[in-house]
Amino acid sequence: MSRVLITLVATLMLSLSVLVNAQNVSREEIRGLDEQIQDVKKDVISLTSELNRLEEKLLFPSNTQVALFVSLPNSQEFSLESVEVKLNNQVVAHHLYTYREIEALQQGGVQRIHTANVQTGAHPLEVTYFGKSKSGKEYRATATHSVEKAVGPKFVEIQVAGNQSAINFKDW
Amino acid sequence: MLPRLACAIAGVTLSALTSLHSVSVQANVPVDPGALHAGDLNDLFFGEALFNAYQDNHVDAIAALDTELKQHRLLDDPELDPFSVHFGQAEFAVGDLELSYRMHREAGRAMEQVLQGNVAQPIKNEAAYRLAKIHYQKQQFANALHALELIQGRVPERVRPQEQFLRARVYMQLGRFEEAVALLEDLRGEKSLQGFVEYNLGIALLKAGETEKGVLVLDGLGRKAGSGNAKQALQDKTNLLLGNQLMKAEEYDRARSYFDRVQLSGPFSDQALLGAGWVEANAGRYDRALVPWQMLKERRSTDAAVHEAMLAVPYAYGKLDVHSTAAVNYGQALDLFGEQVDVLSHSITSIREGKLLEALRRKEASQVKNWVVELRKLPGAPETHYLLGLMASNDYQEFLRNYQDLNNLFERNQDWLQSLDAFEEIIALRRSYYEPILPGLDVAFRQVDARIKMRLEQRQRLAARIDNLLVNRRPELLAKSDETEARLILEQVREILAYNPNLTSEETEDRIARLEGVLKFRLSREFDDRLTTAYKNLQELDGVIATLQETYQRYVRTRQAATHSYEGYTDQITSLRGGLNRAQDRIDQLMAQQGRMLEQLAVHELDQRRAQLESYQIKARFALADSYDRANELQEQREDERKVEAYQRQVEQLQNAQPQSSEPAVNPDGEALPTDNPPELEAPESDSGEGGNDA
Repeated sequence: MSRVLITLVATLMLSLSVLVNAQNVSREEIRGLDEQIQDVKKDVISLTSELNRLEEKLLFPSNTQVALFVSLPNSQEFSLESVEVKLNNQVVAHHLYTYREIEALQQGGVQRIHTANVQTGAHPLEVTYFGKSKSGKEYRATATHSVEKAVGPKFVEIQVAGNQSAINFKDW
Repeated sequence: MLPRLACAIAGVTLSALTSLHSVSVQANVPVDPGALHAGDLNDLFFGEALFNAYQDNHVDAIAALDTELKQHRLLDDPELDPFSVHFGQAEFAVGDLELSYRMHREAGRAMEQVLQGNVAQPIKNEAAYRLAKIHYQKQQFANALHALELIQGRVPERVRPQEQFLRARVYMQLGRFEEAVALLEDLRGEKSLQGFVEYNLGIALLKAGETEKGVLVLDGLGRKAGSGNAKQALQDKTNLLLGNQLMKAEEYDRARSYFDRVQLSGPFSDQALLGAGWVEANAGRYDRALVPWQMLKERRSTDAAVHEAMLAVPYAYGKLDVHSTAAVNYGQALDLFGEQVDVLSHSITSIREGKLLEALRRKEASQVKNWVVELRKLPGAPETHYLLGLMASNDYQEFLRNYQDLNNLFERNQDWLQSLDAFEEIIALRRSYYEPILPGLDVAFRQVDARIKMRLEQRQRLAARIDNLLVNRRPELLAKSDETEARLILEQVREILAYNPNLTSEETEDRIARLEGVLKFRLSREFDDRLTTAYKNLQELDGVIATLQETYQRYVRTRQAATHSYEGYTDQITSLRGGLNRAQDRIDQLMAQQGRMLEQLAVHELDQRRAQLESYQIKARFALADSYDRANELQEQREDERKVEAYQRQVEQLQNAQPQSSEPAVNPDGEALPTDNPPELEAPESDSGEGGNDA
């Protein structure tokens, strides 16, 4: 029996060393591949940057662009469930938030919820949100704002003050 | 024999665990919030980049920040840009994100740029710390130390404990344990690193030769590392480490107490149960060794510890001379090993058919926690429980993530290629709409433009005249049309009279003079009012002209936008499509290489496990046969003993029945020889008697 176990341990040790050797042999290959992957990532990021700019220029030229952003200032205790946005009395966005999105908003991230093309002038904006506090209490509120579109691009931040059932708008 | 054997096993287990520990501890260290914090937001786009970064959408976050940084650098007055508040933060954030996205080289370059730049020493210190972190992650420990040595003075308070902790781990990796101990002692009590400092301190002390102190530190951590799954796992890991360490030192009773502390439901429980059994077996208490081993035997049939327990249980039974039970257990072990060899063979085939890579490319891979483990539930997928050990290694994790990153990039590029097609369609539609109407519009616009210019010139003339009237009072210039007409008629009448003097009379002269006087009087009297009215009219005209000019500008912008909506994209789209296609080719090749590497390693791992199980099978078969032999021998021996006892009883009975009839023969060996025949050779007296009676 003892011999059986000795052989067993020897096999185990041998197999471990084989694995280490197998990995050591290809270490240079691994490094080379890793560097190539880093290069391609860099290239794709650069392409993405350029493609984003092209898309914006083509689809949302600055003279007609309106972008709407959602933020949760000081709302660590509040969990945003959904937001509906009406621009010019049309529903343009209805977003249900994932857990990761809620966390990102709570940490100070800002979500671009909608980008539109509008003529210069005033455009009615109506925002409705639904959410819950940590204790499970439900909150909802609706607020309106007039988006004054001028020649340049227009950015509006929709600040959801969850636990106060309030929405503030900030023109950028 | 057995203690040496157990120590060898413990040694192997310990070394494997130690390497696993160092990996896990590094992986579990709380993430440095670093530059990725929102604070007071002054730029929506920076906030959007953070939103992506917090969700691990690295490509979007890095691309957005890169764009912001590039645009900011191109500004004439960058300080007027609200992004300037976040500029430094964004530079570090890009480095952090690149690091998270496994772009170590780029992150390293970014930090080196900061180090060579003309920036304040605290910023350089933070950059040096981050550079060291990159080198450490790449297992370039000497470079990491070199980067840390670039730090002069104090690092920012925010990263100070992390910097010191990193320095200590670098020292440990370089074998400078005394220095590591000094740093870690200083860090004890740091809340953000609670548990991790103690663990590393314990290891450093053990490696520095201060075994008792090391055990003491680890003992404290093993009693209470803190709440939460991660801390609980750290506590279990510590106890397991101590148990193995003490078993190696042949302090079995102490070792057993540490194995007992490990949670039965935790990730280290299998190793702890195995260790607890070996401790008892080493101490010769095989019956007690069976308790943890029997428990372990019932656990997941893919675990190496369970396989070992499958052999250890019958081994212990054998030691307890219960060979029949040992044989039954060896039989069970053989059944299990056979099943698992089949599972492994099927898994290897499945991997070779590309099922593993196919599963890794699925969307669930980024959405389901522990996807690699979960994918075993897919039909035809390999048994990934066997790959858990391999997957715990840094290299394999990096390969997996790289493979998934490449797959995401490939899909993302595919989407962009489709978008480019859509863009071209949009451009073609715009061109087909605008090109026919724009020439006509341009002609009409030129006509309107000429009229606008004429009217603007008229307005200028009127304005100049009104300005002139303020200085030179000329009421006739503000006469109405009927008044001008009357004035002209009077002038004409005067010309006629001058030409025909015979028509002139005093009365006519008086009448003409009166009429001229009335006209001049009216113009003179109403001059101020008329001038005011004219000025107001000019102002009204200015309002109309402003509207006209606004409409004009709007038209010009719209006209330009119409051209810009379809002109000038062709080259850019062609270039981007070329870039995307080239990237796709490279990604495809790299995915194939990375995938092959993942498959090779997985197959290698499974192959080894299969070879190990096959070796176990052989051993178990021999041991099974051995157990049967021993069980038979024992059975025969017991049978013989029973017979001997029976003979002895019969001898005693005979002796009692015929006391002191004769002296028994003496065996040369010194043992008493049987004096009577075996019972089966003797005719049953009672039977014959009874038979005789019957007869």
